[in-house]
Amino acid sequence: MSIEVSALERFAPGRRKPLLSKVSLDVPDSAFVALVGPSGAGKTTLLRAIAGLDPYQGGTVSLDGQVMKDVSARAGQVGFVFQNYALFPHMTAARNIAFGLDILPAARRPTRERINERVRELLELMQIPDLGGAYPARLSGGQRQRVALARALATGPRVLLLDEPFGALDPIVRRSIRSWLRDLHDRLGLTTILVTHDQEEALDVADRIVVMQDGQIVQDASPVALDRSPATEFVMEFLGEAVSFPGDVRSGRMVPHDPLVQPFAVPETVVDGSAVAMIRPYEIQLVPAQPGQEALLKAAPRGARNGYRHYVLNSAGHSIPFFLPQDGVDHALEGAALDVSRARLFRDGLACL
Amino acid sequence: MKQFFLALLRSNRALPGYRLSLITTLLWAGLLIVLPLSTLLVRPWQDGVAAMLTALRDGRMFAALWTSFSCAATAAACNLPFGLMLAWALVRGQLPGRHVANALIDLPLALPTAVSGITLATLYSPNGWLGAPLSRLGILVSYNRLGIVVALMFVGLPFMVRAIEPVLRDLPHELEEAAQLLGAKPWQVFTRVIVAPLLPALVTGFGLAFARGIGEYGSVIFIAGNQPFRSEIAPLLIVVRLQEFDYAGATAIALILLVASLLVLLLVGMMRKRLALWSERA
Amino acid sequence: MMRYGLWVATWVFILVVLVAPPAMVLSEALKDGLGAALATLSDPDGQSAIWLTLRVTVVSVAVNTVFGVLAAWLLACFRFRGRQALLVLIELPLSISPVVSGLVWLLLFGAQGWFGPQLERWNIHIAFAVPGIILATLFVTLPYVVRTLLPVMELQGRDAEEAAVLAGANFWQVLWHVTLPGVRGALLSGVLLTTARSLGEFGAVSVVSGHIPGETETMPLHIENLYNGYQSVAAFTMAALLGVMAMGAVLLRSAPEWIARLREKKA
Repeated sequence: MSIEVSALERFAPGRRKPLLSKVSLDVPDSAFVALVGPSGAGKTTLLRAIAGLDPYQGGTVSLDGQVMKDVSARAGQVGFVFQNYALFPHMTAARNIAFGLDILPAARRPTRERINERVRELLELMQIPDLGGAYPARLSGGQRQRVALARALATGPRVLLLDEPFGALDPIVRRSIRSWLRDLHDRLGLTTILVTHDQEEALDVADRIVVMQDGQIVQDASPVALDRSPATEFVMEFLGEAVSFPGDVRSGRMVPHDPLVQPFAVPETVVDGSAVAMIRPYEIQLVPAQPGQEALLKAAPRGARNGYRHYVLNSAGHSIPFFLPQDGVDHALEGAALDVSRARLFRDGLACL
Repeated sequence: MKQFFLALLRSNRALPGYRLSLITTLLWAGLLIVLPLSTLLVRPWQDGVAAMLTALRDGRMFAALWTSFSCAATAAACNLPFGLMLAWALVRGQLPGRHVANALIDLPLALPTAVSGITLATLYSPNGWLGAPLSRLGILVSYNRLGIVVALMFVGLPFMVRAIEPVLRDLPHELEEAAQLLGAKPWQVFTRVIVAPLLPALVTGFGLAFARGIGEYGSVIFIAGNQPFRSEIAPLLIVVRLQEFDYAGATAIALILLVASLLVLLLVGMMRKRLALWSERA
Repeated sequence: MMRYGLWVATWVFILVVLVAPPAMVLSEALKDGLGAALATLSDPDGQSAIWLTLRVTVVSVAVNTVFGVLAAWLLACFRFRGRQALLVLIELPLSISPVVSGLVWLLLFGAQGWFGPQLERWNIHIAFAVPGIILATLFVTLPYVVRTLLPVMELQGRDAEEAAVLAGANFWQVLWHVTLPGVRGALLSGVLLTTARSLGEFGAVSVVSGHIPGETETMPLHIENLYNGYQSVAAFTMAALLGVMAMGAVLLRSAPEWIARLREKKA
């Protein structure tokens, strides 16, 4: 089921700054989209607006081309998993899962056996077949998460909305439940929107990443495209550790102010003027210094990870982290300069193309 | 026995003052609670079993007990919806003037019972502020059972609100949203997702209000009319029996009242446990 | 829309059920003007009732506070066999009818009571006299200090006390310098609740008092007497005075909060 959000606007009562300012988003059928951004960016607000939980002052939300009015229009079509799971504390896991079916009017309600059968299927699917009789208070975080998911899926929705669903889980459970969720999405042919503040999580599971900031969508792209060409400095920084080198573009070459960094060629489309080169620490390389260029003096090794050795260089009051591959080669730090030719260029916060 | 007391006197902690506080507390509770209450258990049998049985065959006593119990139950039941409304308005309804309203809820507990008694009697008397309009509608409140119910509702209300309020506050707002998204109609949200988890609190509120109601004296006697067999409450009959120097009769009623309120509290505790099975942690 | 309905319904309910009674007390008391109301207070029986109520309150608050603090210390700091039973016992007066709370003292000290006749021979009067009134009030107000102190003390744990003991403090020093300062708010609250209940106790006192005007009539009993004698203005004036005293005590419990809020505003 496709989701189209167009020009959605929401204001907090008594505030002039909008929570969502004219947000538009198209999610095609069976896509897995992650909404990321810092807290307060409007991710959860957007998700709740899509679910119809909060009123919005302008714009529309449509499912499969049909404009949705309120929650009741979406009831049963949209599965929602809350951050704190919102399991009904006084019902067993099985009754929680069956809730959406139990409350149907008698004419449309499946028989008791059918409902129980469905609950069993879902418990099976969630890999918690024996927990049907347990009350939420007795379940672990990961189990509650699965019950909440099963409850959201019980009515057979085509859309699944997840609000920070892994927030309360420990790192190991998080990772395993994440890939399992992606698998579930593919198997059931769902259209999923996941809200998270953890960019790694988003890059891990989603086909598309929507970065939000201050109630607006800053960039909407695939993980690869996002990594290759972030739209703004903010996106670049949000997606992972980044080092900035301010400098000037002069006739097709970027010349960083830092004398330790070698100038590099940039596309001809970039006009002359000041710019910032931003690069991930593992993309920085060492090259022999040009004659007359200042030599790299002190870089302290700071441990190793994933086959990279970490270094921190102190230059002109800044500390520059960079990672070098641990490939047995002894990198000569003496007489070396930094090559940042894989950096992205930004001007006034925006990527320059 | 001796060993028990010796063991009792040995402190299990490094903190000082165990013996001192134990002895003073036992003295205090012993002289002020155990000694007087033991009279209730012993006194009825002092005049012999026959006297006790005669005291227990008193029709007027049963009428008074019935009045007390039925009126207390009615008042507690009537307070359920009102208590729920007030608690809801305070916690969820963003009621304007919440803080003032919150302080006013405890007013019946703070007002001395004699003051509430004469006030309610005047307020609901046929020419009182509330009694006059009601009597024009043909509803007579004072000097009959309805008056007892009204007075007991007044004193029982804070128990109900204060029992519901904290549980309602702890109930996440998302529960309602989850139910809505799963297709529940507003009344289904209310009955299945809000009232059901509140049941233990409602039972507690009912039990506390009921237990308070069967023993209540000061706020009721002025409005009740106190006609034997009709609007005479059990605590008042104790006073009447004492004035007749019928100590056995008075003690019999007192014992029944005491046992009844303890039973109610015990029952409430047990029902809470059953209903709150789900809230137990693993 | 539904929300406005709820607001209106709630406030109408509060006004009719909760605000009307105290408003009525004032209106009845001031029916013949403030002067007439105040004049009724100079009646000697009324004055004696006020003094008796204050005396009874001071005694029962003092006794129950001292013993209540010790009991809270015992119950919060130590685990022993029968602790739960002791707790139930201390809370028992809350679930006993006030009339029964008075009756038990008559069964002990009345003319037909266990100790009454003997004490009578020694010319000690307890039932239908001031000591009986004090005992009945002690009984009904016994649980409040413990009930308000205990949860707070348990919440705070015993770390500070243990640290004080390790530093060499004795029992009284720990209690006075460590424990009580930490639970000031709860202690104040318990004392004020005890005060409010002592001032207003009616049923229990009514049974043991003997209703001798000017001697064993407390304020609530005097109110009953005046009301039954159709002295409406006097009854409601006394009721207003008693109500203000009792409600004042209850409201004062939030005084520390107000003071804190005022200080915050200044800062």
